[in-house]
Amino acid sequence: MPPVISVRHLSKQFGDTLAVDDLSFTVHEGDIYGFLGQNGAGKSTTIRMLLSLVKPSSGEIRIFGKDLNSHRSSILRQVGALIEKPDLYKYLSAYENLALFAKLSGLKADRRLFMHKLDMVGLAGRASGKVKTFSQGMKQRLGIAVALVHDPPLILLDEPVNGLDPQGIADIRNLIRSLSRDEGKTILISSHLLSEIELTANRMLIIHQGRKMVEGEVSALLDPTRSLVQLDTGNDVETRQKLQQTGWKDLVQTTGDGIQLKMDLKKVPELVSDLVRMKVQVISVKPSSTLEDYFLSLTTRPGHVEAFTD
Amino acid sequence: MWKLLQIELFKIFRKPRTYIAFAAIAAFILLIQLALLVNGRQYLEFMLGFLDDGFFIPYDQINNGYWICFTILNLLLIHVPILVALVAGDIVSGEANMGTLRLLASKPVSRSQIILAKFMASVFYVIALLFWMALIALVLSLVLFGANDVVVAKSTELHQIEKADVLWRYFAAFGFASLALIMVASLSLLLSTLSDNSIGPIVATVCIIIVCTLISEMQIPLYDKYLRPYLFTTYMLGWKGFFYIGVDADGQTIKGSLQNGPAILKSIGVLLAYIVFFVSASVFVFRKKDILS
Amino acid sequence: MKKIIRLLVAVILFCPGDLRAQEINQLVQQVRAKLNQVNDYEASGRMKTNVAFLKVPISGVRIYFKKPGQLRIKNEKGISFVPKGAVSINLGTMLNSGKFTILDGGNDQVGGVPVKVVKLLPEDEESDLVLSTLYIDVSALVILKTRTTTRESGSYELELSYGKYKAYALPDKIIFSFNTRDYKMPKGMTFDFEVDSEGKKEEVKGKTKKGRAEITITNYTINKGLPDSVFSN
Repeated sequence: MPPVISVRHLSKQFGDTLAVDDLSFTVHEGDIYGFLGQNGAGKSTTIRMLLSLVKPSSGEIRIFGKDLNSHRSSILRQVGALIEKPDLYKYLSAYENLALFAKLSGLKADRRLFMHKLDMVGLAGRASGKVKTFSQGMKQRLGIAVALVHDPPLILLDEPVNGLDPQGIADIRNLIRSLSRDEGKTILISSHLLSEIELTANRMLIIHQGRKMVEGEVSALLDPTRSLVQLDTGNDVETRQKLQQTGWKDLVQTTGDGIQLKMDLKKVPELVSDLVRMKVQVISVKPSSTLEDYFLSLTTRPGHVEAFTD
Repeated sequence: MWKLLQIELFKIFRKPRTYIAFAAIAAFILLIQLALLVNGRQYLEFMLGFLDDGFFIPYDQINNGYWICFTILNLLLIHVPILVALVAGDIVSGEANMGTLRLLASKPVSRSQIILAKFMASVFYVIALLFWMALIALVLSLVLFGANDVVVAKSTELHQIEKADVLWRYFAAFGFASLALIMVASLSLLLSTLSDNSIGPIVATVCIIIVCTLISEMQIPLYDKYLRPYLFTTYMLGWKGFFYIGVDADGQTIKGSLQNGPAILKSIGVLLAYIVFFVSASVFVFRKKDILS
Repeated sequence: MKKIIRLLVAVILFCPGDLRAQEINQLVQQVRAKLNQVNDYEASGRMKTNVAFLKVPISGVRIYFKKPGQLRIKNEKGISFVPKGAVSINLGTMLNSGKFTILDGGNDQVGGVPVKVVKLLPEDEESDLVLSTLYIDVSALVILKTRTTTRESGSYELELSYGKYKAYALPDKIIFSFNTRDYKMPKGMTFDFEVDSEGKKEEVKGKTKKGRAEITITNYTINKGLPDSVFSN
């Protein structure tokens, strides 16, 4: 069985800018594949290339084992997508938007199905409301309903939780998990939030300035034994000096603001008690999970990247 | 394809903007009709007054429904391209601006089909607009003012067409006007595929038409020789050709004839060529386009 | 005094021919008497207008006449542009319009018919008519042709042919020739459709500015009385 998505040496150049640079990755059936990168890293461009919205400058994209270029329509029939903000026809109702895109995906008008999909995203009660009256979260949910209406085996979600409130974010997360678990969908989800990927994806790829940084199992990449811990003390210079005289010295990172240690989270209590013993005034100790920090942890140890790639 | 066209038409006719044109046309025509109902004679005296010393001019008979429809078309058709651009210029770029284009283009329909469906929807819109115009300008004028021979003023000639010989000319004129406006729509469509906001293509279409009309009508020999034959605006007035009647050797008008049929045919050919060019270019551009909106 | 000069001029210009002045006067009187049999008439006919800038169809017209000088040409259906001078088609009106100095213009032929040429100079100096030349078929006492110069409407010519109504001196066919002015409206007002502008201009230049209206009359209803209302607008 071929991988659902197979991307080989994909590049895209816009004028002088190389937006995507020799990117290769593979998404297998049933994966929730996290596509992680900062804004402008090339995530959206890549997803647009997967949807044939943007033409690659070079490289190959195969979806369901078929070349995207030569089997565009048959592939797109089996793909559902939410790309960035879910912009829909503002002057049409939720139901009309859904029906319109369902028709474009080859579906016949089916009121029960459409209402079911709207219900799934909690919009059944607003089916006839014009989209221009919707909040960002409602639009987002309608966008997801549009992506799912034709029951595609592959779903591409570009920043699906952007602009949602905490409850909305949790709802979407649950929906993504259940789509994967209960319906066996393959999902590619992009985000600039590490936590988001961590909570939903089983595999992930980190992209930076158009290039692949790492690709692999989330559990392996986000290994809790190598977490970055941020230390905030009364006097960082003094604390740094004191740490140099202890067994913690090899774990202290040389870059970044304040003091950071790359360590097993289980050892945090031990670190705190040592600091207290050394009479360091501890203000806070917190495990860091921002993408920037994660990049830092990757880039501070050259050669480490290869170790993670499969 | 039919499905795509249905969807495009659904989108056009659910958009409030679409109806601006219908309302504007109705308002304009009703204003002219009211004016001619009250001051038609004065307007005609202004137009034909210089003939007064040589001929008895039957002003009240000239001021009839057929003549009023011609007057309306003469004043209005020059401005309708703006209304066409308002919809056709928005048809791709408006979706890019709204953000729906990426959703549309990631559906299992080819880009060429999307553009062709959008073009056909614009054609449908143009025809609906002209049908509306015909209904008010022709049918309502005939109801209000009755029918009689139509007298059409050219700059050096007056053409009189007998009542029974008029109606087919209106059908032909509306048909020709559709073609001219479809040409405008195809130009707007091309500009629309090149832009990600809707104002640009609408304004650009209008500017292009204004500049070309000026060059066509300025009567400068240099332009007349080297530019005028190639501008589409030269051919857009061809609908009037149906109201220029042919005469026999004796100087009498020949019922059912045209003064310059070949010029109309040539105009139809030129407009069709422009349409084919603009639509092909739109398909080409849109197929190549990276959709980043 | 003026009269004498006029007469002298007449004598000098038109040396006595076959007829003496008196005889010419008499001929004109006879023609006038013949024309004066008609008090009123209503006729229908067809008018063919031939003016370079006027592209109009042949129109059906009705002509109404009532003494002394009311004449109205109405189109039966549709629209017609009636040349203003065409109201002078009733010759009786002219002959009754005042006193003339009548001059002998010699003999001529109109369409193969020998005619007497008579010139009328109105005695009233304020008259719109300046000079009218009549070509009279002496045997039938009908006018076959006139050439008239007026102050207001320029010069025009009438050619008349007679048939059924010759006895009343009413023509079957009238050809009315007149001068027309140039016709030009700014293109910015008309927005002409012209694909090829150059050929067009030459065509306009080449045309004469003579206009013609040809009225063919099929039946007259004579002296049956006409209400004045047909002459009001």
